[in-house]
Amino acid sequence: MSAPTIRDYGDRALLLDCASTDEVLALAAILRAADLAEVTDIVPGARTVLVTLTEPAQQAAMRTRLATVELATPTELAQPDRDDAVIDVIYDGADLAEVAALLKMDVTDVIEAHTGTPWRVGFGGFAPGFAYLVDGDSRLSVPRRTQPRTRVPAGSVALAGEFSGIYPRESPGGWQLIGHTRAVLWDVERTQPALLMPGMWVTFRAVDAP
Amino acid sequence: MIRPPMIRPPRISLEVRETGPLALVEDLGRAGLAHVGVTRSGAADRRAHRLANRLLANAEDRATIEITFGQFSARVLGGDVDIAVTGADAQPAIDGIPFGVNSVAHILEGQVISLGMPHSGVRSYLGVRGGLAVAAVLASRSYDTMSGIGPPPLRSGDVLPVGEPAGHLPELDQAPVAAIPSGPVEFRLVRGPRDDWCGDPEALVRTEWLTSPRSDRVGVRLAGPGITHRWPGRQLPSEGAVRGSVQVPPDGQPIILGADHPVTGGYPVIGVVIDADTDGLAQLRPGQPVRFIWAPRPHRDRY
Repeated sequence: MSAPTIRDYGDRALLLDCASTDEVLALAAILRAADLAEVTDIVPGARTVLVTLTEPAQQAAMRTRLATVELATPTELAQPDRDDAVIDVIYDGADLAEVAALLKMDVTDVIEAHTGTPWRVGFGGFAPGFAYLVDGDSRLSVPRRTQPRTRVPAGSVALAGEFSGIYPRESPGGWQLIGHTRAVLWDVERTQPALLMPGMWVTFRAVDAP
Repeated sequence: MIRPPMIRPPRISLEVRETGPLALVEDLGRAGLAHVGVTRSGAADRRAHRLANRLLANAEDRATIEITFGQFSARVLGGDVDIAVTGADAQPAIDGIPFGVNSVAHILEGQVISLGMPHSGVRSYLGVRGGLAVAAVLASRSYDTMSGIGPPPLRSGDVLPVGEPAGHLPELDQAPVAAIPSGPVEFRLVRGPRDDWCGDPEALVRTEWLTSPRSDRVGVRLAGPGITHRWPGRQLPSEGAVRGSVQVPPDGQPIILGADHPVTGGYPVIGVVIDADTDGLAQLRPGQPVRFIWAPRPHRDRY
């Protein structure tokens, strides 16, 4: 992996540009493992890692330090040797038929495509516990709904653009709903409130409604 | 041997009577959870929050009440306690007798602390010696208005326990603080990282913007002639954001992200307000003019 470009993000953060999601996740994992005392947050994005600092005074020294971070080759870190999470899904989403029509696929093919390839948690955002899942079956690329829903139920499994995602709680949303899960994506009472963390591999499994 | 029953002094608490438009418990927020979608949150004006705690010899992360546009009142139950009000001057008073902001006041059991309307600024901070000891969520007592995490917005009748004091009162009981401006406010910002996505990034620093009434803890929205996108329709891959990030949405009207900002966003960030200036964002009133200047490098010379 080539060294990422580092630039100032305001005066209390640094933005690291990466070439791919694999690089983003490898870099974020390395930085997290380094457990740097001056770092507050390590925030993966689609092509960047944002590193926020405890004090503006740390910025210059940290920029120098990050330039020397040894990066593992992404292939070593990117291969799924296990599924970190298996999510059981009932494929009954309100937009499933429309998604199939948009993709010129059968509904069963959409389900097979969604379950057939492991996804990777790329980055968070939108809501606590929400994960942008990347690197799934490349055929499953659909636009957002032109009219967002004012109420999407918790556990809804959805597609938008190149991403898949699961709504951690009821909220408004514009993604195409293809199914739902009973998995609890977010629970502040758990030691680790988020079920899905950046870098994890996620496989969906089709189940029948009981 | 028979021990006498332990007599615990009654716990001091604040009983909320009026909240005004919005009163929230806040501390310095939740660090280290942005990657799972939890933003920092915490006091919008951290400087005012910290000052309230310093005056009361509290650790700076003790929880205070962030009061938006005043009109708050609470009765003290269970004992006497020291309090301080910082931030926007909403004429704080004890049983109707005014005491100054940025100073320590002693309030007796049964007395009422009340705030009026601030004439400049927006957010006042009511600190109590010992801090507010409401239950923490994910290691913070801050309410995050975007995700709803933390102690819910205060309502009339809420009883808020006061924590144990930790230190000794400082000798100074009044702190010199610059008045919150009611006229134009200038913010220093570091250019980029996505200024190249804007047709004319210099329009940001050339323009006198107006604070929109649709501003809140998530972000201060600005109104002005607008900033064009260089590649309309092109989508920036989502990336992390901080308080102070100046986003340019497709309509060209900038948004300066605040304490409860989304952890990632897809609008280009044209510049980022330097950390020390972000507290001032919390005190901008609707219609108040805002100007930007590019901060010279190295930024740390100013600290």
